[in-house]
Amino acid sequence: MMNATALIAEDEPLLAANLQAELARLWPELRIVASVGDGASALQQGLTLQPDLLFLDIRMPGMSGLDAAQALAEDWPDSGRPLPLVVFVTAYDEYALRAFERAALDYVLKPVQTERLAKTCARLQAALQAREQPQAAEAGLAPMIDQLRALFGVAGQGVPGTSGPADAATASAPLRMIQASAGNTITMVPVGEVLYFEAADKYVRVITAEREHLIRTSLRELLQQLDSQQFWQIHRGTVVRADAIASASRDESGKLTLSLRDHAAKLSVSRLYAEQFKGM
Amino acid sequence: MPTYRVVFSWLWRELRITVLVSLAATFLFGPFSDSTFVPNLIYTFTVALCIQALIEAGRYGLSASFMRRGAAPLSGMSPESVAVQRAWPGWGLMVPWIAMSAVVGYLGGHTLGDLLTGTHHAPLGILLNFQSLLPSLLPTFALAIGCTYFFYARGRLAATEAQAQAARRTAVENQLRLLVSQLEPHMLFNTLANLRVLIGQDPQRAQAMLDHLNGFLRATLDASRSDSHALSAEFARIGDYLELMQVRMGPRLTGTLDLPDELSSLPVPPLLLQPLVENAIKHGLEPSVAGGRIEVAARRDAQGLLLSVRDTGVGLGAVATHGSRFGMQQVRERLAALYGSAASLELTTPDDGLGGALAVVRIPVV
Repeated sequence: MMNATALIAEDEPLLAANLQAELARLWPELRIVASVGDGASALQQGLTLQPDLLFLDIRMPGMSGLDAAQALAEDWPDSGRPLPLVVFVTAYDEYALRAFERAALDYVLKPVQTERLAKTCARLQAALQAREQPQAAEAGLAPMIDQLRALFGVAGQGVPGTSGPADAATASAPLRMIQASAGNTITMVPVGEVLYFEAADKYVRVITAEREHLIRTSLRELLQQLDSQQFWQIHRGTVVRADAIASASRDESGKLTLSLRDHAAKLSVSRLYAEQFKGM
Repeated sequence: MPTYRVVFSWLWRELRITVLVSLAATFLFGPFSDSTFVPNLIYTFTVALCIQALIEAGRYGLSASFMRRGAAPLSGMSPESVAVQRAWPGWGLMVPWIAMSAVVGYLGGHTLGDLLTGTHHAPLGILLNFQSLLPSLLPTFALAIGCTYFFYARGRLAATEAQAQAARRTAVENQLRLLVSQLEPHMLFNTLANLRVLIGQDPQRAQAMLDHLNGFLRATLDASRSDSHALSAEFARIGDYLELMQVRMGPRLTGTLDLPDELSSLPVPPLLLQPLVENAIKHGLEPSVAGGRIEVAARRDAQGLLLSVRDTGVGLGAVATHGSRFGMQQVRERLAALYGSAASLELTTPDDGLGGALAVVRIPVV
C-alpha cells in the first residue's frame, strides 16, 4: 500500500504531466512507473510493469483506453499480481460514463478537479488495502473481471462491445452472407459455413472448414451485424459460431480451450468470456 | 386546444360565411323575386346553408378518402399543416361536386325554407318557369363556386405558410447541428483541461491559448450569421483552431498555412474549411500514434479558387465514420447552395507516398 505503483496513459502531454503532478501532491507515496501516450503502449507497459493502478484516457490514438483495459484483463498472467485497479479519465463521453456507472468503475472527468481526484485517490487507497486482506487475495482476479464484464456488457451470450452509440443501433437484420474480395473476385460465404472469425490488424480472417478469407473490416463492426445467438465472442479477437464448437476443456491452470467440429484449430477463451461455458 | 373548442371555432367560422353569403344573395337577387325581404333572407339562408354543408362535406370527405389511398403526408410538416393540405381533393373532383351540391342544396334549402316560412313555393315548379329559373340557379352556381374558391385559396395560403415554417425550422435545425458539430464537447472540454493546466504552469501561454479559443468560438458563433468573409479571416480562424490543437497534441501535430497575399481578400463562406480541417485531425492525425502534418493552402487557377486541406494521418481506408461523412456532406451542401455545380469538393488519397488524405474545394471567383 505504501509503495503503490501506477501507470498513466494520456495522449495529451500537458494533461499527462498535470495528472502526474496532481497525483504526486495528493498521494506522495504513489510511484508513477510509466506515462504513455497511446493504448497499445499502455497495454504493453501495463503487462510488463504490472502496476497497482491504471489511469486510462479513453480517446487515444491506435487503441482506446477501453480496448486497452479489456486486452489487459484478457492477457494478464494468472500467476502474477492482481489486476490493476482502473480509473478512466475522459473529457466527454456520455455512453462510456453510463457504462462506468453500471460497472461501478471509477472515472475522472477532464478538466480534472483536485477535490474529485482526491476522492478517487482515497477510494483507491481503501480498495488496495482491502485487497491485502487474506480472503480478498483468495478471490484473485474475480472482482475486477466482474467489473470489466459489466463494463463491456458481457452477460451470458450477449454480444459484447465497448460502449458507444453503435451498440444502441445494432443492425436490424443479421448478416447472412460474407462478401470476401480477393483480387477481382468476390467470394460469397454464407455465415452458416463460417467456423470462426479472427481479428488480424485491420482485417478479419474468416475461417470455414475448407479455406479462409480476409475481409476488410473490424471485428467490432462485424459483430454488430451478426446474430448474437449464433455467434459468440470468446476473446477480443475471436468470434466463433456456436454450432461449430465441439467441446470446451479446461487445463490445470483454469484456461479454457475450444475444439471445433470440422477444424483442427484450438481456440482459447479469454477469462472475460469464460463464464458462458458451464456444464448444464 | 380541447376538441370541442376546435369544432366550435370551425362551426362559427362556417356560419359567419353562410350568413354573409345569404345577406349578399338576398340583396342581389331580391329584385328578381316577388317576395319580401324576410322570406327571401330565409330562403337564401337555408339554400346557402345546404349548399355549403354539401360542399364542405365533399371537400373533407373526398380528400380524406383520397389521402388514405394516396401518398403519405410530407415529412417535416406539422399535423395541422397536413390537415390543411388534405382538405382539398383537387378541382377535377370538386367542380362536379359543386354542381351537384348547388342543385341538391338548392332544392333541399328550398324545402327547408318552405318548412320554416310555412308556405309552399314548389321548387320544381320553378323548373317549368324558365323566366325565374335562370335568375335563381345561375347566381346559386356562381355563389357556390365563389364560396369554394374562397376556401380553396384560404387552404392554399395556410399550406404555403406551413411549408415556409417547416423550411425555416429545418434551416434552424441545420444551423444548430452545425454549431453543435463545431463546438464538439470532447474538443471543448479537452481544450479547457489544457487551459486549466497552463494557467498554473505558464500563464502567458495560457493567455495566448485563451485568445485562440476566443477567436475560434466567436468565429463559430458568427459564421451562422454572415454570408462571407475574407480568405485571410478564414485562414486566421483555422490558425486559431490549429493552435488549440497544437497545445493539445504537442509534437504530434505540425500545421502549416499557405495563403498567397494576392488571394487574401477574396470572399469565402465563413468557416467553409473548418469541417475539413477538423476531419483531417480527428480521423487522420488523432488516431495516428506518431501524429503528422496538416497543410492548408489556397491557390488560384483559370477556373477559380482552389482550397486544399492535406494531412499525413492514417488515411481514408481506415474507417469512413459517421462524423467524417457528416462533415463532408455539410461542406458539399453549403457549396451546392451557394454556387450550384460551379463548386466542388473532392476527397482523395494523395499520390506522393506520404499517405493521409487530401480534400480540395474548388469555388468560382466572382
